[in-house]
Amino acid sequence: MANKHFEEVAARVRIDVVRAIHKAGSGHPGGSLSAADIVTALYFKEMNIDPAEPKKADRDKFILSKGHAGPVQYAALAERGYYPVEDMMSLRKMGSIFQGHPNMHKVPGVEMSTGSLGQGISVSVGMALANKIDKNPGRVYTLLGDGEIQEGLVWEAVMSAAHYGLDNLVAIVDFNGLQIDGDNDDVMKVKPIDEKFAAFGWNVVCIDGHNFDEIFDAFDQARACKGKPTAILAKTVKGKGVSFMENQAGWHGKAPSEEEAKQAVAELGGEW
Amino acid sequence: MADKMATREAYGKALVEIGAENPNLIVMDADLSKSTKTGDFQKVYPERFFNMGIAEQNLYGTAAGLALSGKVVCASTFAMFASGRAFEIIRNSIGYTGANVKVCATHAGITVGEDGASHQTFEDIALMRTIPGMTVVNPSDGVSAMKLMKQVCAFEGPAYVRLGRASVPVFYDESADIVLGKGHELRAGGDVAIIATGIMVAEAMKVAESLAEEGIEARVIDIHTIKPLDEEIIIKAASECGKIVTAEEHSVIGGLGSAVAEVVVKNCPCMMAMVGQNDTFGESGKPDELKEKYGMTAADIVAAVKGL
Repeated sequence: MANKHFEEVAARVRIDVVRAIHKAGSGHPGGSLSAADIVTALYFKEMNIDPAEPKKADRDKFILSKGHAGPVQYAALAERGYYPVEDMMSLRKMGSIFQGHPNMHKVPGVEMSTGSLGQGISVSVGMALANKIDKNPGRVYTLLGDGEIQEGLVWEAVMSAAHYGLDNLVAIVDFNGLQIDGDNDDVMKVKPIDEKFAAFGWNVVCIDGHNFDEIFDAFDQARACKGKPTAILAKTVKGKGVSFMENQAGWHGKAPSEEEAKQAVAELGGEW
Repeated sequence: MADKMATREAYGKALVEIGAENPNLIVMDADLSKSTKTGDFQKVYPERFFNMGIAEQNLYGTAAGLALSGKVVCASTFAMFASGRAFEIIRNSIGYTGANVKVCATHAGITVGEDGASHQTFEDIALMRTIPGMTVVNPSDGVSAMKLMKQVCAFEGPAYVRLGRASVPVFYDESADIVLGKGHELRAGGDVAIIATGIMVAEAMKVAESLAEEGIEARVIDIHTIKPLDEEIIIKAASECGKIVTAEEHSVIGGLGSAVAEVVVKNCPCMMAMVGQNDTFGESGKPDELKEKYGMTAADIVAAVKGL
């Protein structure tokens, strides 16, 4: 159980997500919970970052291309020590730094303002390119939704990252299979995602996005791969960790009631 | 400088000069580097030039990423595709973040000519000036384009620079004091103010001479910076001349005419007329033929002046 620590952190991140979205009365729990393990792995082990020096020049950067999962980024940054967890309970409220979708100028540790799908990966390509130009060892990680890859811009960005050989760029696809209007396969088929990235010239690693061994191993494989960017196709469960949210498209963008939030927190091993 | 040159040519020369002084300048394009003249920069600084292929959305997304990593980025394509196709990327990833990207868009307006309506944008100034914090610049000749590009690259933040395809008269002297954000009075006069931008400034100058022969003294103002707008020079023109004609190679909806009217109605209401593309698409033809058909010539400005 070498990963017990990360599992505990991820559980806290999920609890923070549920509490904040309940308090806000709106938000996106499903895709925040599906990404919680990946985001925890990035902020708590994989990335070279320092909460005491959020802007250090050689840091790794994380861009939440699926910006609607802002709460999971806010929670991970809070748990990592960028600001107190209680601060993010102002999520989506007037005057809060925790906007409905992340704003880089408001929240410490947020590298890019995202929310409009497809743009985060494009900006990540530019950041990775800048690091190549500057011979900066910092790596760039971006997290995409599976529905998000229906955006044409994603594939423009994917093509360009391979063209410029950006092996300092990792794109993780949170493949939970669901989007607002239902199953990806019904709304607009995105499969085969792995073959698409491979055809565009990327190194592709397929993993269980809730298994820390596999997540860390994928990041190691990405570091080892030279000359091309790496895509990590992470199979996940939308709403992971909360029984009544799991695999329900209806929980894409809906806040839990107090009763539901209490149950969710209990299931995640927390106290209300 | 030559007697005539396209503002895009001045842009290419400016990039090479700015690149020599600023090693942090990155230039990007979307497969139009020969036309936009970013190719001039590429020849001298190939390691700082990136072609993103025919993908304008990603051009501006990656430009934002480079700028947010500390680079000064000039990213070019045709104005239609920069301001139209990539609008929302420019709005969210460049405007909202305040990224130091200069959207340098060429082939704006009717003088694109033969390529026709799909490539003739009359909406770009309107679109770009609605983005908070976006500086919008529309140089009128080669000299001012060169001077304004240097100023645009010297400040931190997003800008839209509108450049033309067609060769147009160079009327500014090399010593002209062109200041970003300041209108430039080219001719004194108190009977009417002709406030123009881009290639219509040269037309306005022609008009002023012919009107003077009829005893009408027209003030001519070059508004090369549409945002932030020099309100002072406009209010002064409204109060001293009492009549304003705006002239632009852009739709009369949302462009210079609208921007000037917004200032005038709030400060010193006066009669105005707007010369520009009158809410219609263009077509293929020679630039001069098109300017005539779509009402963007010296004669159209004269008619507007006399109609007030």
